[in-house]
Amino acid sequence: MWIVKIAVCIKQVPAYSSEMVSNETGTVIRSGIKSMLNPYDLPAIETAVRIKGKIGANIDIFTMGPREAEAVIREAYSRGADRGFLVNDKRFSGADVLATSYTISQAMKTVDSYDLIICGRQSTDGCTAQVGGELAELLDIPSVNWVNKICDIDDCSITVEQLLEKEKLVLKIPYPCLISVEPSIYSPRMPSLKLKILASKKDIKILSLKDMKDKDFKHYGLRGSATKVEKIFPAPKIERQDIIEKDPTEVAKDIFKLISLVKDL
Amino acid sequence: MKQNLAMNKEWEDILVYLEYHYGIIHPISPQLIGKSYELALSAGKNVYGVMAGKDVYKSKDQLKGFPLKKVFLYETEDEYFRSDLYEELITDCIYATKPSVFLIGATPEGRALAPRIAARFKTGLTADCTELLIREYLNLVQIRPAFGGDIMAQIITPNARPQLATLRYGAAKSIEPVFEHRIEFINITKEKCMNKIEVINSEIFHETKGIAQQDILVVAGKGIRKKEDLSMLEELAKLLGGELASTRGLVEKGWIPIDKQIGLSGQTVKPKLLITCGVSGSLQFLAGIGGADLIIAINTDKNAKIFNIAHCPICGDLYEIVPELIKLIKNGQNSGLLKSNTN
Repeated sequence: MWIVKIAVCIKQVPAYSSEMVSNETGTVIRSGIKSMLNPYDLPAIETAVRIKGKIGANIDIFTMGPREAEAVIREAYSRGADRGFLVNDKRFSGADVLATSYTISQAMKTVDSYDLIICGRQSTDGCTAQVGGELAELLDIPSVNWVNKICDIDDCSITVEQLLEKEKLVLKIPYPCLISVEPSIYSPRMPSLKLKILASKKDIKILSLKDMKDKDFKHYGLRGSATKVEKIFPAPKIERQDIIEKDPTEVAKDIFKLISLVKDL
Repeated sequence: MKQNLAMNKEWEDILVYLEYHYGIIHPISPQLIGKSYELALSAGKNVYGVMAGKDVYKSKDQLKGFPLKKVFLYETEDEYFRSDLYEELITDCIYATKPSVFLIGATPEGRALAPRIAARFKTGLTADCTELLIREYLNLVQIRPAFGGDIMAQIITPNARPQLATLRYGAAKSIEPVFEHRIEFINITKEKCMNKIEVINSEIFHETKGIAQQDILVVAGKGIRKKEDLSMLEELAKLLGGELASTRGLVEKGWIPIDKQIGLSGQTVKPKLLITCGVSGSLQFLAGIGGADLIIAINTDKNAKIFNIAHCPICGDLYEIVPELIKLIKNGQNSGLLKSNTN
């Protein structure tokens, strides 16, 4: 029986809080920071699992990161993914969008040729929303981002709704192709207890430079990156007003007066 | 066969992507032209434009007066943007113009197109820049918020060309079309383009005011405990004749649609009045509210970053204050002191 071969790209990101940035130096304090699965990737996993439920699919998960990133693959397992691949090599670190996309494209090529690749809208740390498009280009397949809805899916194409600034487009894309989905596409399901138990025992395959077709380390990581971060600095600060703290009723009155001044209510 | 291009001296000048649909040039385009002109002028280089779409030749009148040396107009069969088709056309233009810098608006369309071009030319791409500077030989310095928006990153593309960046809406001022020189227009129709994506249907949104155009916004943050509680803030927004917006956190939870999101990965807003409720104020969020005239911030945490920029920082519980405020507004309207809102 034919099933869709799906790859989902996910990422482990820091569980951010504003206290993470040192006010003096503007650098990110990474020690003691917890990690989590990028929240935008949950709808991507959910989309794959829904497709599997509807027409049958094999769902492979790809993530690039340190060994600890196995945790996000296990999370994907507990939500219904079949196989997980951790793209991990110290020579992959420091990668920009181009080097990241290139590494993932190489990793995917070593495993299978996928019908459908699904990405989340963006990561919460890099926030670029660009890896999906670059990955598709490097695999030489069409891509559609800002996907809000899956309209139809069959054995040779997927039809999706794309949300642009002023219009919705319904687009039919032949396989192989890549879509980046919006958080609004589906609410992610809770991990199943049964799958969660199985997830902890499931195998995760590590893919490093030696597994890639292109073994030239200069094409990966910092050396394979086209951009260079020269420096990071804290954003400019604005003069602080005194904080108002009193009885809620009094505060409400203050706000009401202030609003009345601004708006002709 | 796609080519891998190394940097060489042929790459000069600046190319800007001009977004054009249904007969209208996107308002970000004059901002891109303005920034490019400023960068090019200091380096003694030129600015070129590229546009793709149906009846693009009709844009000539709208482009008159902008400081563009040449504009390449790629005619397509229909109105619809598709990343593969547009990539083919824009790539053709990049080979023709060899720009050192290629600037694209950080619109949904621009951010769909930019990564395809960047990977095609194996070059760098800096997304959603808030500032661009230029060094010798048109080396571009790209500045964008990083790490969730709490700090800024300064990024360069030292060895690859073109240097690609998407510029966020409102990051540069629109340039006025007051230049007297003649723009050279080049009309191109390409046969047999790669176009695997088929348009089945299209629907233009009804003309509703987005949060970017609202004068009054109530913003929900992580201080909201459950989805149902949003109705309280919704009511406040309605009473004030404004709209409810939110931070990224609630969008990620799926409580609020993404078009209501303010911030780096959402919308830039410039209302007359902005009331934030339970918003801590990450830089990613603050990046989107710089244009607000009056910011009233309600938060229980005295150290919330939103208080650094709020004109009226209130330390208190939104669950106590907002119901009181709603009561006051309703009483005011009932007593005839205040007109009820119709917009």
